[in-house]
Amino acid sequence: MSRRTRLAMFAIAGPGLAVVMLIGMHGMPAFGHYHGVYGLLIDKIEVPERHATDLVTALNFDIRAFDTLGEEFILFASVAGVALLLRKLRHEREGKRSRGIEDHSFAGASAGLQLASLYLVPLLIALGCYIVVHGALTPGGGFQGGIVLAAGPLAILLAGRYFAMKRLAPEWMLEASEAIGAAGYALIGVAGLIIAGVYLKNFLPLGTPAMLLSAGMMPINSVAVGLEVTGAFLVVWTEFLDQELFVERGTGGDNA
Amino acid sequence: MSFLPYVIAAWLLLIGLYGVVSSTNLIRTVLSLTIVQSSTYLVLLGVGYRTGGKAPIVADIPTSSKLVDPVVQVLVLTDVVIEATVTALLLALVVQAHKRFGSIRPADLRALRD
Repeated sequence: MSRRTRLAMFAIAGPGLAVVMLIGMHGMPAFGHYHGVYGLLIDKIEVPERHATDLVTALNFDIRAFDTLGEEFILFASVAGVALLLRKLRHEREGKRSRGIEDHSFAGASAGLQLASLYLVPLLIALGCYIVVHGALTPGGGFQGGIVLAAGPLAILLAGRYFAMKRLAPEWMLEASEAIGAAGYALIGVAGLIIAGVYLKNFLPLGTPAMLLSAGMMPINSVAVGLEVTGAFLVVWTEFLDQELFVERGTGGDNA
Repeated sequence: MSFLPYVIAAWLLLIGLYGVVSSTNLIRTVLSLTIVQSSTYLVLLGVGYRTGGKAPIVADIPTSSKLVDPVVQVLVLTDVVIEATVTALLLALVVQAHKRFGSIRPADLRALRD
C-alpha cells in the first residue's frame, strides 16, 4: 500500500475513531470523581493486612503477585527475543577490538563530562539498591530500582569506555542476574505454595510497618525483580551497542 | 475541563497512529507506537484520580488520608515495562531490516511489499 493510500485511508478512519472515542468518553465519570471500589478497599486493608506503606508495591508483589510473575516472564521472553534477533549472523564477524572502539566518545564529550559520568556510577548503583530494598516503604521497588541499577554501568559508556563497562558488567553476569531474578521470583512462589499452601502467598512474618524488613516477602520479591530488570536491560543495551561497535557487515550471504 | 485528560489521551492516540501511518522511517514508526501507548497511561491514571487525593504511599501521611487508586498505578507500571520490551524488540527488528534491505524506509522492505 502506498503512503498516499495509507494517508487517504487515515483521513477517513482517524476522524471516525476520534468521534467514537469522544462519544465513549462522554459516558465516563468526570475526572477526579473516582467510581472504583477496589482502590478504596485496598487503601483501607493494605497497611493492616500486609504492613506495607507503599500500596503500589504491595499490590505489585502481593495482591497482584501472579500478574507480576507474568510481567517478569514477558520481560524475560522479549529480552531473549532481542538477543535472538541480534545474534551473530552467518556472514557477520566481530570486528577487532581496536583502541578505536575503546576510545569512542560522544561528540563533544568533554573531560568534565567523562569525569562526571564515572562519578555517577557508584551513586546510581547505591540509589538503585536503595530503591529496590525500600520498595515496600516508599515509592520504588524492583522494576524502578532495577532500571536505576542498570543505568549505573551505562554511565561508563557515557564516559566513552565501552569495554570498561563490559568489564564491570560482563555478559555472563548480566545473563545470570536476569535468570536468577526470574527463577527466584517463581521459586518464592513455590515456597509460598509449600509453606502457606497457596502459590505466591506470603509466608514470612509481616514485621512492623515502615521498617526495612517488613511486609513479609515483598522485599525479597523486590530484590528478585530488581536483579532481573537490571540484567535484562543491560543485556538489551549491550546487544544493541555490540551491533554498532563490533559487528562488521559482510558483503555476501543474502539470506540471514 | 473535567474531561481534559481523556481528550488529551485520545489526541495522543490519534497523533501516534498518524505517525505510524505517515512514517517513512521505521524508527519513527516505533517511536509513534510508544506515543500511542502513552495515551493508555493518561486514561488509566485519569480514571483512578480522586479530587484532592494523595499518592498511595502512606509512609508519612495518615492511613486514613484520601488517596488515589493504586490499582491503576500498578497497571501503568506493567504498561511501562511492556512498552520498553516491545520497543526493544521492534528496534531489534529494525536493525535486522536495515541489514537485510540496507534501508529503514518501510517502502523499501521488498519481501513485505511484494
